[in-house]
Amino acid sequence: MNGSLAASGAPVPSAEARGARRDALRGFALALPATLWTIAFFVVPSAAILVWSLFRREGGVLVTDPGFDNYRRFLEQDTFRLALWNSVEVTLIVTVISVILAYPLAYVIATRVSLHRQRTWLMLAVLPFWTSYVVRSYAWLLVLAPDGVVNRFLLATGFATEPVALSFNRGATVLGFVHFFVMLCTLTIYASLARIDPKLRRAAADLGANGLQTFLRVTLPLSMPGVAAGAFLTFVIAIGDYVTPQILGGNTELLMPQVILLQINRRADIPMAAALSMLLMLLVTAAYLALARWLTARRT
Amino acid sequence: MNASHSGWDWISVLVMSPLFVFIYLPVAVLVLFSFHAGQVPVPPFEGPSLTWYAKVLASDRITSAGFNSIVVGVLSSLVATLLATLAAWGLARHRVPGARAIEALLFLPLAVSYLVIGVGLLVAFSAVGIGKSLMAVGIGHVVLNLPLAFAVVYGQFDRDQARLEQAARDLGATEVQVFLRVTVPLLRPAILAAFLLSLTFSWDEFIVAFLLSGFDPTLPVVIWGMLRTGLNPQTNAAGTLVFLASLAAGIVFEVALLRRRRDARAG
Repeated sequence: MNGSLAASGAPVPSAEARGARRDALRGFALALPATLWTIAFFVVPSAAILVWSLFRREGGVLVTDPGFDNYRRFLEQDTFRLALWNSVEVTLIVTVISVILAYPLAYVIATRVSLHRQRTWLMLAVLPFWTSYVVRSYAWLLVLAPDGVVNRFLLATGFATEPVALSFNRGATVLGFVHFFVMLCTLTIYASLARIDPKLRRAAADLGANGLQTFLRVTLPLSMPGVAAGAFLTFVIAIGDYVTPQILGGNTELLMPQVILLQINRRADIPMAAALSMLLMLLVTAAYLALARWLTARRT
Repeated sequence: MNASHSGWDWISVLVMSPLFVFIYLPVAVLVLFSFHAGQVPVPPFEGPSLTWYAKVLASDRITSAGFNSIVVGVLSSLVATLLATLAAWGLARHRVPGARAIEALLFLPLAVSYLVIGVGLLVAFSAVGIGKSLMAVGIGHVVLNLPLAFAVVYGQFDRDQARLEQAARDLGATEVQVFLRVTVPLLRPAILAAFLLSLTFSWDEFIVAFLLSGFDPTLPVVIWGMLRTGLNPQTNAAGTLVFLASLAAGIVFEVALLRRRRDARAG
């Protein structure tokens, strides 16, 4: 250590400084393949999206002098603006409901189940996580169909006199999303709750706090990193998901991913799809900044 | 709120049961009606019957897509795990200036939607003339899985292990010997976990495969196509098989991680 510091001013590097440089080079060489892969197939494509979003498609040809036409079209056309608004609304609703449902589940597992059984219960709680993403939405379609399980139940118990339209609307999209993200948020919130020393809860009780006070002033604040991580993951994945709204939402309202795919598959308008993707990235960045306080606290 | 840490109290049961019904309902219905004898998978249940499984396994389109998915999954997971392991070793065992920046770069794809990554690759590949293919899907899946695999393996490097590696070096082992005979065996559970995690994610991944696969679709893309026929027990059967495959990988993953934790505790 001292050797390498002293060596920086010396004309001939000491053996230790040379060793440090060789060490750095070796480490860098090991990290290089992964770094290059990420640059070539993630950074460059992201830059390509930015560049393409400035191009435009006119009369079936790609016009490559840069401009903000696509963004102007986004602001002018209701379809695009509405899709963005729908996406933000649905994603926020999904994020809030998922966290609210996942919290008690994670809480019960982390505080009411004996330590050696917690992992088993957690695994059981997230087992359907392993169903294929496409299949999971289809499975909800089965449940919500006019003659599906839920409608049969409602008819048999007299809660409804005729089948209720449960699928192909926003409610079905939200339900399908919540199902997946309850499991995801349970994992992140549990991880946070399990890290809280039970002694802290006991100490709060000893100091005269009742159950609710202990929860609000000790447990909840300490579990916020898990809540934020779950909420952020939910936001990122849900706002970019094409499958769930496409299968469960029907065509009653379009979300951003559906509009992006429409540009690619039907219109062959890659520049517009790129501009909409940029806006999607912007939204995710906004969500990250909103939750950054807790997300970064988690790492340190 | 007298938390007894062993028994079940009624509040817990009250919280848990409706959530478990909610979480398991679609899977239960999916699996049950894959054994349905009728044409439409809705109650009342008729059967059990294996007709639809026979149809799935007899369909060339589904089985070849399954094969494509396995090839893409295994190869992309191998590449992702290898790159992640090398990078984790380089950054954890060597003093690299700017290591934090490299870490941040490797984690960056986690914060971007799969859809956007897929659109980016579609644009970039078509710009340089790379067509839609399984290769393109595989490259995309490495991008998606590299951050996860890196996180899993990187988290496993710790101080005790560094001491063992130093001991091997002191005893005259070369860098390569240290890596192959000390580092890799100690990391094996983490490497296996990273591989299996990548494998299940690739196996299940839809949107990147949908955008990049062209005429050689993977299994989720074919199942997506089957959904156009509406509710169909054959889709249930295919979905159940996909679920079982993921579940198997998931269980091995859990066991690998669990063993890693136990090893860590014992060591």
